[in-house]
Amino acid sequence: MDRIARVKAHPGYQELVRIRRRFAWLLSAIMIIAYFGYVLLIAFDKPLLARPIGDGVMSLGIPLGFGIILLGIALTAIYVRRANRDFDARLETILNEVGE
Amino acid sequence: MNWTAIAMFAAFVALTLWITRWAAQRTRTASAFYTAGGGITGFQNGLAIAGDYMSAASFLGISAQIFVDGYDGLIYSIGFLVGWPVILFLMAERLRNLGRFTFADVASYRFAQAPVRSFAAISTLIVVAFYLIAQMVGAGQLIKLLFGLPYTYAVMIVGALMIVYVLFGGMTATTWVQIIKAVMLLAGATFMAIMVMAQVGFSPEALFARAVEVKTSLALAGGATAEEAATRGLSIMGPGNFIRDPVSAISLGLALMLGTAGLPHILMRFFTVPNAKEARKSVLWATTWIGYFYLLTFIIGFGAIVLVATNPAFLDANGALLGGGNMAAVHLAAAVGGDVFLGFISAVAFATILAVVAGLTLSGASAISHDLYATLIRKEGADPNAELRVSRIATLVLGVVAILLGILFETQNVAFMVSLAFAIAASGNFPVLILALMWPGATTRGAVIGGLLGVTTALVLTILSPAVWVSVLGHAAPIFPYSSPAIFSVPIAFFGIWLFSKTDRSARGAIDRAGFADQEVRSETGIGAYQASDH
Repeated sequence: MDRIARVKAHPGYQELVRIRRRFAWLLSAIMIIAYFGYVLLIAFDKPLLARPIGDGVMSLGIPLGFGIILLGIALTAIYVRRANRDFDARLETILNEVGE
Repeated sequence: MNWTAIAMFAAFVALTLWITRWAAQRTRTASAFYTAGGGITGFQNGLAIAGDYMSAASFLGISAQIFVDGYDGLIYSIGFLVGWPVILFLMAERLRNLGRFTFADVASYRFAQAPVRSFAAISTLIVVAFYLIAQMVGAGQLIKLLFGLPYTYAVMIVGALMIVYVLFGGMTATTWVQIIKAVMLLAGATFMAIMVMAQVGFSPEALFARAVEVKTSLALAGGATAEEAATRGLSIMGPGNFIRDPVSAISLGLALMLGTAGLPHILMRFFTVPNAKEARKSVLWATTWIGYFYLLTFIIGFGAIVLVATNPAFLDANGALLGGGNMAAVHLAAAVGGDVFLGFISAVAFATILAVVAGLTLSGASAISHDLYATLIRKEGADPNAELRVSRIATLVLGVVAILLGILFETQNVAFMVSLAFAIAASGNFPVLILALMWPGATTRGAVIGGLLGVTTALVLTILSPAVWVSVLGHAAPIFPYSSPAIFSVPIAFFGIWLFSKTDRSARGAIDRAGFADQEVRSETGIGAYQASDH
């Protein structure tokens, strides 16, 4: 059996792919829902975003908009952290066990 | 004549030419030319991606939009950013594991090479052409204004420098030009934002309140009633007229988010790092720098309302900005940092354009030499040296074409071209790439027909949209009323790929589907990925 087939047959590989995919799609879904939620607010309820949040002129749209930018950076950081600590180690184990 | 700006720009050019000379000694192989030998670290690549992405259009354009409309500018910034996390989660590591020089390597991995690479090359060249025209025209106008040079000379200088970088230094020189420029731009923008915040006691509320006051008094001076003026002043704090209807809002959102994941010069950057781990890191760094930069542009735009809009030194007799709407950030530089800082920001703006056009040209040249010449014309027996020679000729030709297009489009309204490039990337490259990676059922036939349908729809709808049909061609009413075609063209591409793959009964289709299992393991594990070459 060649290396690709042996990796594919390895139970750890199947598990890694499943977990990693679920995690990646979950984070993607959070980003997409947050962003298109924001876009839909712009499309259907502009006054809500323009509404002041305190006594001054600062509107709800500003912390919300900045929040989406920061959310994007945070989700990216969460993925990289988990990939570096968890996924890479699993993958290395699998490749070592399978051999050349 | 701004001698400080000229001196700083000359220093930047001298430094980058010196780097190009150094890079040229290492650019002897095709791998060095296309991908800097795969030896760029994740951190360096993150800065270079940020450099590619923070074009003059985003720096000058977005700050100018905030200067005029306030909040609306932020909507663009957010759309430009949110594509990055999705690229990381779904594509970055797989791209690095499967690809070598261009994104077409990945898109055509299990498909028939000739048709898929031809599609990818054509779509790359269309995206690159529109992006290049927008940058060249912007460069010419900016340099004409900043340095007092005639437009034609300005475009020729940009074109000539970019040809030198790419021709001799390949990806190594292009990457370092990007990195230097990204650091300069981030440093300059940080300084401007801090100076703006210092003016208002580091209180965001005070900054926004002052901006609303300025806009209100400008509206009053323009003859509005007190009530109207107050409404207009406050309008900068929320979304305004930039996006009128829901369909345009969603459509533009789609184009910005998915377009990033289909821009050839950005995707190419993932092949400059040694492995999937560094590819991943580069996206984290890129997203962080780009997000930080957009927060700065927001402060800079509002700072310009407060410090530039009321200062007669920056306005003409009618109260409009000297040098046109895009100069808000440049004038703000003078307002907060005097002539020396103005010179610095002008040089940075010029450097930005140079770096972005160099990256674009390199990706266009790669599409011609690696996808069209090496794989299509020479087939399996392509000699790497011949391929390298073709990519250098392609660079020269693209550079000359870019100069000519820049001169040709001088007086045209090219503002729509960047968003058109994003729409085409979102409707062609992205659907083909993502379905090739994720959907076992995709076949050569589906990818090529669906991809072409997406690109064609995006092009045709843009021509019929207000930005071209009315603003450029001068018709009274647009045939296609929305500001972006993506909401139609992206689903058409996905549906086209699905339909023409499902109905594909050819022998090639069977090979394509059977190839998925092998491709999947390689994309998930990096087995057989191209290694960084040693020099």
